[in-house]
Amino acid sequence: MIALTGKNQSYVLVLYGLCFPLIHVAHAQFILKMAAVQGGMGDADIKTDIKTEPSADGFGNNNANDGRVLSASPGSSSSTGSNKQTAAVTPEDQQTLLAVLQFLKKNKLSESVEILRREAGLPENSLDPKANESAGAGSGGAAGIVDLEGGDASSLLSRVTGSSSAGAQAPTKGTVQSGCCPAVAEDQPDVSVVLSAYSQQGDPTLYKVYYRDLKKFIETVLDCHRAELSQVFYPLFVHMYLELVYNNHESEAKAFFEKFSGDQECYYEEDLRILSGLTKKEHMRGNETLLDFRTSKFVLRISRDSYQLLKRHLQERQNNQIWNIIQEHLYIDIFDGMPRSKSQIDAMSGSLAGEAKREANKTKVYYGLLKEPEIELPLDDEDEEAENEEGKPKKKKPKKDSVGSKSKKQDPNAPSQNRIPLPELKDSDKLDKIMYMKEATKRIRLGPDNLPSVCFYTFLNAYQGLTAVDLTDDSSLIAGGFADSTVRVWSVTPKKLRKVKSAADLNLIDKESDDVLERIMDEKTASESKIMYGHSGPVYGISFSPDRNYLLSSSEDGTVRLWSLLTFTCLVAYKGHNYPVWDTQFSPYGYYFVSGGHDRVARLWATDHYQPLRIFSGHLADITCTRFHPNSNYVATGSSDRTIRLWDVLSGNCVRIFTGHKGPIHSLAFSPNGKFLASGATDGRVLLWDIGHGLMVGELKGHTDTIYSLRFSRDGEILASGSMDNTVRLWDAMKAFDDLETDDFTAATGHIHLQDNSQELLLGTYTTKSTPVIHLHFTRRNLLLAAGAFNP
Amino acid sequence: MADREERRFAEVSRESVRLMAEGAGVELGDDVAALLAEDVCYRLREATQSSSQFMRHAKRRKLTVEDFNRALRWSNVEAICGYGAQDALPFRSVKEGELFFVEDRDVNLVELALATNIPKGCAETMVRVNVSYLDGKGNLEPQGTVPTAVQSLSDDLLKYYQQITRAILGEDPHLMKVALLDLQSNSKIAALLPYFVYVISGVKSVSHDLEQLNRLMHMVKSLVQNPYLYLGSYVRSLVSSVMYCILEPLAASINPLNDHWTLRDYAALLLSHIFWTHGDLVSGLYHQILLSLQKVLSDPVRPLCSHYGAVVGLHALGWKAVERVLFPHLPAYWANLQAVLDDYSVSNAQVKADGHKVYGAILVAVERLLKMKALSLSQSAEGQSGAHPGSVVGAVSYRVNSPGLSPPPEPLSEAALGIASHLQVGGAGCHWEEWTPVPLPAMYCELYSFFGDSLAVRFSTGTGFGTHSPCTPSQLGDSRKEPPGPASNLDTTRKMPQLTANLNISPRQDGSPRTDPPPPSLSGPGSLPRASSMQRSRSSSSCSRQRSAGLSREVFPKARFTSPQTTPPAFSFLIGGRQMGQRCQGRRPFQTMFATTPPVSAIPPRTYAHKLPVIGRVGKPVRRWTCSHYSLHLPL
Repeated sequence: MIALTGKNQSYVLVLYGLCFPLIHVAHAQFILKMAAVQGGMGDADIKTDIKTEPSADGFGNNNANDGRVLSASPGSSSSTGSNKQTAAVTPEDQQTLLAVLQFLKKNKLSESVEILRREAGLPENSLDPKANESAGAGSGGAAGIVDLEGGDASSLLSRVTGSSSAGAQAPTKGTVQSGCCPAVAEDQPDVSVVLSAYSQQGDPTLYKVYYRDLKKFIETVLDCHRAELSQVFYPLFVHMYLELVYNNHESEAKAFFEKFSGDQECYYEEDLRILSGLTKKEHMRGNETLLDFRTSKFVLRISRDSYQLLKRHLQERQNNQIWNIIQEHLYIDIFDGMPRSKSQIDAMSGSLAGEAKREANKTKVYYGLLKEPEIELPLDDEDEEAENEEGKPKKKKPKKDSVGSKSKKQDPNAPSQNRIPLPELKDSDKLDKIMYMKEATKRIRLGPDNLPSVCFYTFLNAYQGLTAVDLTDDSSLIAGGFADSTVRVWSVTPKKLRKVKSAADLNLIDKESDDVLERIMDEKTASESKIMYGHSGPVYGISFSPDRNYLLSSSEDGTVRLWSLLTFTCLVAYKGHNYPVWDTQFSPYGYYFVSGGHDRVARLWATDHYQPLRIFSGHLADITCTRFHPNSNYVATGSSDRTIRLWDVLSGNCVRIFTGHKGPIHSLAFSPNGKFLASGATDGRVLLWDIGHGLMVGELKGHTDTIYSLRFSRDGEILASGSMDNTVRLWDAMKAFDDLETDDFTAATGHIHLQDNSQELLLGTYTTKSTPVIHLHFTRRNLLLAAGAFNP
Repeated sequence: MADREERRFAEVSRESVRLMAEGAGVELGDDVAALLAEDVCYRLREATQSSSQFMRHAKRRKLTVEDFNRALRWSNVEAICGYGAQDALPFRSVKEGELFFVEDRDVNLVELALATNIPKGCAETMVRVNVSYLDGKGNLEPQGTVPTAVQSLSDDLLKYYQQITRAILGEDPHLMKVALLDLQSNSKIAALLPYFVYVISGVKSVSHDLEQLNRLMHMVKSLVQNPYLYLGSYVRSLVSSVMYCILEPLAASINPLNDHWTLRDYAALLLSHIFWTHGDLVSGLYHQILLSLQKVLSDPVRPLCSHYGAVVGLHALGWKAVERVLFPHLPAYWANLQAVLDDYSVSNAQVKADGHKVYGAILVAVERLLKMKALSLSQSAEGQSGAHPGSVVGAVSYRVNSPGLSPPPEPLSEAALGIASHLQVGGAGCHWEEWTPVPLPAMYCELYSFFGDSLAVRFSTGTGFGTHSPCTPSQLGDSRKEPPGPASNLDTTRKMPQLTANLNISPRQDGSPRTDPPPPSLSGPGSLPRASSMQRSRSSSSCSRQRSAGLSREVFPKARFTSPQTTPPAFSFLIGGRQMGQRCQGRRPFQTMFATTPPVSAIPPRTYAHKLPVIGRVGKPVRRWTCSHYSLHLPL
């Protein structure tokens, strides 16, 4: 990517995706780094879907500015069939190319230079004089990069070499998802380059007029289109404001903000507040929220009719300013069919970058459950188990099938058993499975008429601040992460916690004896609770391994630690996030775990690797919570950008983007059958999602504060939500999901009507005296356990 | 919007920046200062923004200094030290210099180091589990039982518990006082509440020991008065313990020398205190209490001390409770009581003394009822219109006449506290649902028929006349009759003599009671003395009077005269029984529907406004007349 100085205006012409086919990957990264890429800009007036898979030609995407096609590259017209201007290469574009070439040459990438030149059809000799010319015009020519406006050149370089969170992610993404798609790589370009996209400017005093014009137009348009077109207001407003600020029209920016901020939807209030504080160009740099606005295109879904209406209006009025912004910064996902209603739009909007593109949710997701490998096992063990329970394991099997559709290979939605390698079952795991089955036979069938009992685990005297809680699956241990960096584990059964004996003592043990596992424990260390020290910051996430031998904790200090519950010591500190890690969770099959934090990426780890196996990058803000899918093949992450993403563990791709929350998401829960996902946010709403169809299927309103915990009952009938507002609420999940099966689900548009039936679905509200509920857990028999710290 | 925005953010003024710069030894130009100020503001906002994230993830609502410092640290700014205190830092200003600063006191390290009162470390963090909701329904808190806890009490608390219980139940009264005082004011004993409640629920096991019972009641009082304790559903448990002391025939009350009456009085007071202060914690509590009191009252098998408890309990719960429960039961109960009182046998002396106690209690309760009712009526009447001069006069006269007994605002406060609402809340199917208030005159008439001049309340100006004149002889008579009566009974016995005095004066049936008692007590069907002496002319006369209470006063003498005339001893018992039945039949319509019984309905048709002055005016001569009549004809 190259920036050229024009006469008074600086243009940043962005090439994106040029690298992969042209130069090999390492260089591509380098260039990516050096020249932040602004992606996806050419799509503004493309009505058809653009495939996001890597295209063969590097120039398959349009230049941002004015919708001009960058070059005469053959591929461009193929993918952007409806481009209006397929004119010849303009002088600016040529200059861009030349600058790229010069840059490549400077860095001794002669091979790439050759290819690029060939692709662009430039004469070999054209390079030097033009390059010189442009270098002369610019002020930062020394580095070979012709940059805009003096100081920015150096800042760009420093940005690039510096390790800002955004910059650091580009390479990691490259490794993990290399060859995945340019659409992903475009997500995190560099700051100043992004900002410089604002450098074009019109008359600052006219901004108000433009905006008012558009507003007037949209207000007079037919009702059915108005709601859809109103979506444009917010992104336009933000971008116009930022443009004003960027070009140092502080007073105009303020006036603009003052005049129109009141019109915006209330759920953008938080962002507007941040915006309003930002009145200087200097402040734009390094402002994360701003970065988010810039680094991604705001996605709008608009019906074709509405879109045509808008386009015609803007063209008639010669309103280029707005048209430019729409083309540059907005992605308009056009669909054929009825325009959506206001409520439909409101249900889906609210995220930092608009709605998800429709194609983002088209990938097939194998949401079915894995076959339980040792269903046969109870039959063997049956003999040694209690006599009268002989029939039970058998009975269990059909039930399991019906519940989780785990039957062998018959569930078309289940991933293949070895899609991702899972750890071998140990004998102890098998024993635990049997225990689980036995417990499951005693499970209470819950329903609207049969609500669970609630037990509350109250943390008393937690003056240091309880920040995370987890319970083991069998509800025998409870762990708390505290703001004073400690991790504490309690036994909630009479069985006390014991450490393993020291090495010297272990030598004395008869290793052949049957009760060797008992003998290795040191009775002297028995106590009800253990404290583990190691972190140097508040522990925000905590998770037991399924076999109860390990505990994970993630902390503000940027590490995830693995603790042994046999020795109560730290085994590994996984470093990689470098920023606070907000959440971590073990895979339901153990071995893998996921973590996510302030650096906006989620990482997949295996306990025996000190480096992550996958890095899931794409969120525009902090990842606040992470959850494994029951089949361990997918990971869901919730973020402060108010979206939920589902990632494929195998490929590292983002396979679902769910938008609709109006606040940071702080809790996620998969339904036991793997089909649905529930999410809770600071806005106090729980949203329900169908994973297979990629649709929102329900909204549960009732809580008045952040929802910190969500959990489905063991059979998935009841959804429990726990919140800051000191309540646990129970929802009829069966009904919520049943109702929707009757809908015409295959509606390709994916625009569903949500009925407001929260009150019908709410089965109960249980209050505590003064204890925020931060964790919920259903025991194997469906007793609901809640946990929180008493807040005096 | 801009203005609003400006105010929404913290602003650092240009002057502040310049001042700071000067402090650091730098001279700043105006424009530089302005720029810096603006930038500082922005950075502040930015830091606040990112610090809120730490707050959210720590699952708190309060942004702490620590959160802010974390945000600063992550944006490579040095953290600010010295603001970690949990308490709010006072922000002070100096007027002259327009300076604002955070107060920063010097800490005397030497003193701190040599201090003897080393602060204890905070209690250990622990996890405690309780079943909050069973089957998704209701709040299941164990009643009076110790909740099981994983790790229930810290050592300190345990020690405290032991000390306190030992002190309260121990021998040293001074120690007990101290312990009770602490229990009343200690803010950290919430965790011990279930244990104390459990201890208190042990009243049943010490019912032989008045002293212990008293101490336990004091403990209840202390717990109830502790402002830091949330009693929750433990109120129920406490109330049941208190009710035990009020109602149960304690082992201690077998011995007449034991002053269990005071305990009952105290417990009743306590009950009302709990009810008024914590009644809202348990729904339907009021009804449950009323029901159990009523049950005791209507159970003739129960000993008199239980009845006494029920009466004081009702009295303590307020006049409305008396009106609802005691008053309707009075006719039925009266006969029983009368029998006891009129039994002069030596063997009955003790029971009779108890009976007098109950009589006194009823009298006190009923007097208050009348007063309150009159007051509330007069108040409502005043509110309605000025067309009821008589009623107002009556109320005023009452106020004038009995100033010390109950302060006027009391009924108001009662109403405000929501007795009425509690009554309404009451479970459906309770028998007093169909209860309708008896108009005051009727009530007064009826009560007067029972107590005669013993009633201290008069709806006229000359109250003192009826009550005080017979007082002295009565006391004499009482002390004469009941030498073994405990000294502490004086207060209640004082009212008794009025009855006896009246009895003394009555010449007409002078002989009959004296001669009667032995046979009836033997012939009593329930072998209960009080039931056996029913043939008494007094009782029969009261019965008849009652039936005719609604009629004019002229009926009294006839009714009274007729019944004594038909009372040969053996026969009178039968009559008594029959009359009981009759009365009950007559009473119910009287209470519930006025139209059914013509003689009774004679009263209500006339409006209150009309009736009350009649009582007031006519009452005086009538009362005098009845009074004299009464005194003439009542049996001794």
